[in-house]
Amino acid sequence: MNHLQQEKVSYWGLIKNGIFKENTIFRLVISLCPSIAVTNSVRNGFLLGVAVLFVQTMVNSTVALLRNFIHPRIRLPIFMLIISGWVTVVDLLMQAYARAAYKEMGLYIEIIVAFASILARAEMFASKNKVGAAFFDGLGSGLGFLVALVLISFFRELLGRGSLWGFQIVHTKPMLIMLMPTGGFLVVGLLMGFFNWIDINFYGGKGAGGAGGH
Amino acid sequence: MHDEFIKLFELFIAASVINNFVFTRFLGLCIFFGVSKKMETAVGMSITFTSVMVVSAALSWILLTYIMIPLDLTFLKIVIFIGIVAAFVQASDTIMRKISPGLYYKLGIYLALISTNCIIIAVPLIMTTEKYNFIESLVFALGSGIGFAISLTIMASIREKLELADVPRPFRGMPIAWITTALIALAFTGFSGLITM
Repeated sequence: MNHLQQEKVSYWGLIKNGIFKENTIFRLVISLCPSIAVTNSVRNGFLLGVAVLFVQTMVNSTVALLRNFIHPRIRLPIFMLIISGWVTVVDLLMQAYARAAYKEMGLYIEIIVAFASILARAEMFASKNKVGAAFFDGLGSGLGFLVALVLISFFRELLGRGSLWGFQIVHTKPMLIMLMPTGGFLVVGLLMGFFNWIDINFYGGKGAGGAGGH
Repeated sequence: MHDEFIKLFELFIAASVINNFVFTRFLGLCIFFGVSKKMETAVGMSITFTSVMVVSAALSWILLTYIMIPLDLTFLKIVIFIGIVAAFVQASDTIMRKISPGLYYKLGIYLALISTNCIIIAVPLIMTTEKYNFIESLVFALGSGIGFAISLTIMASIREKLELADVPRPFRGMPIAWITTALIALAFTGFSGLITM
């Protein structure tokens, strides 16, 4: 019983770690491309977030499941193969069941294959841990990504169209600039600055903006 | 012949400036923010990047036209393209180390960074959707590479000056770089509608 409870706590810790402490976009500053490309409406942001969540979780589980059979010297090509396999699955599924959304963001679904965050989680966590832990680590990391995308698209759609998930909410003149590329860069920059401000003033952190990388 | 040349030129301009990968297609942002701190690294990255892009585009086009389409394997395009890029990068890494150690010392680190880059994989994917022919694919890849080089150079020269500026503490580093990019992107929207394809 005690053992079980302990495991549950650590699973929850893994999820929390992915959402807050190692948030892909705001903390690690990797896999940024879609954070701007698809966040001009909450629906698209959410859909891509779900796609990434699915790929991340499945890749982590697959890698953890096969970790004893993969020779360490050729592990990276194998991870790439596993990732591209699961991305193809999502790609075909979206083509079949979400055609309208796929037309708008098909390229960015395919681009998931080049996400450093997915490869990084597989390499740093899943290849060294049991399937259960790897599953929850993937879930946390994917959820962190989903939350970030929804947050960015929330501001952009609200200010740029006055709507949320396609429903009109505010009836003022919309700020068109928020829907343009500029708006995306601006919102992400301001949100990062805001989180750094919280970190510095309330948690005494240094407010590192991440080193940047892939 | 003349018309064809003009068409290719238009494609080149469209790929490099109007549909600039960083500012209007939002790809390759990770590398864009990662290596634009210093001018020297930005230039090294641009050179490596453009050449890898053109060669991998040519390889992908050949494989796509002569193997994948006849055998009806286009649904595997993601797996195959990422394989081509990874294999090519690995091969050029090894060849460069043997043949020209000086060049390897200068550009080798960028090669390793490239293999999981989104632009490199996006070029063959866009090429497939747009159904470009061989020459068009090469011009498209070259234009995209030059466009990336332009944006990287602009950003690096701004960030070198930014180091000296007195930025509020929460905005130091990444956040101010993003806001700067927002302003450059605003300038680049001025190019839209320059050429109608």
